[in-house]
Amino acid sequence: MSENSERYARNFDTLTWLEQDRLASAKVSVLGLGGLGGGVCEMLARIGVGHLTLIDGDVFEASNLNRQLLCTEALVGTSKAKAAEERIRAVNSLVQVTPVAVYADKATLFDMITGSDLVVDCLDSIHGRFMLQDAARKAQIPVVGGAIAGVSGQVTVIFPEDKGYELIYGKRDHLPARGVESHTGNISYCALMVAAVQASECIKLLLGRGDVLQNKMLIMELWSNSFEIMDLV
Amino acid sequence: MAEIKIEIKLFVTLTAFAPKNADNFPVQEGTTVEMLIRDLNIPADTVKLIFVNGRKQDTTYVLTSGDRLGLFPPVGGG
Repeated sequence: MSENSERYARNFDTLTWLEQDRLASAKVSVLGLGGLGGGVCEMLARIGVGHLTLIDGDVFEASNLNRQLLCTEALVGTSKAKAAEERIRAVNSLVQVTPVAVYADKATLFDMITGSDLVVDCLDSIHGRFMLQDAARKAQIPVVGGAIAGVSGQVTVIFPEDKGYELIYGKRDHLPARGVESHTGNISYCALMVAAVQASECIKLLLGRGDVLQNKMLIMELWSNSFEIMDLV
Repeated sequence: MAEIKIEIKLFVTLTAFAPKNADNFPVQEGTTVEMLIRDLNIPADTVKLIFVNGRKQDTTYVLTSGDRLGLFPPVGGG
């Protein structure tokens, strides 16, 4: 067995070879490379998603060390996008990585994500999430959104025709800048649990397989071990 | 008016407002979610999402016996 087929040997028979090939030609953008994005991009690279655009203008701070997989002590003060690129190249050199080490804004985001099959929302700002939803709608691609606070997390999938974040956060003219995570912080295992669910939703969307959380939200709360799918419409 | 029992689950920062008997909480028939939020002393602007029996509702929803009510603050971290 060649190294490349051995690399994916443990994906079978959960995946078929045809599905593995589809993942190899798939293009995913990840916006935000912190607690969620660091986990999502690693999982997508390991399963074999062939093209990753990794977007974040931020640099690591010491406060990221408690949960962000890409953050090490040596990397504090350095680019998150650059760290993600190096990590993905080290994990799976078959993946074509495009790091984007600038903050996305309304004017630039569409160009960054257009051409992708989907975009993963790993942002930490509610306003930013709406901006991403707008850009994804224009690009006609789905958003896989995840958000965390403390040991609680939520995941949803938004297609271009959906109301999306308005159903979760309300009208955009009455949005708080941040959610309650500004009080609770974010715990490592919760971030990675939500990242794992986001990665799973990505794979299902790319393969057209399984149930996705369109107009639904999976809510997870780890003090009480609550996992529940809520209907948003 | 008759008394009915509902189940209340509060999430993240709202857990601070959870009543002792949240699993079997008595309310008067005709009580809306808005009235209950006020009775529990939860600041109205801290509740972002309301689910009853797994479906999104708004504050005007009239509670009925056996309802499972979930209240969520805005969660936006990444």
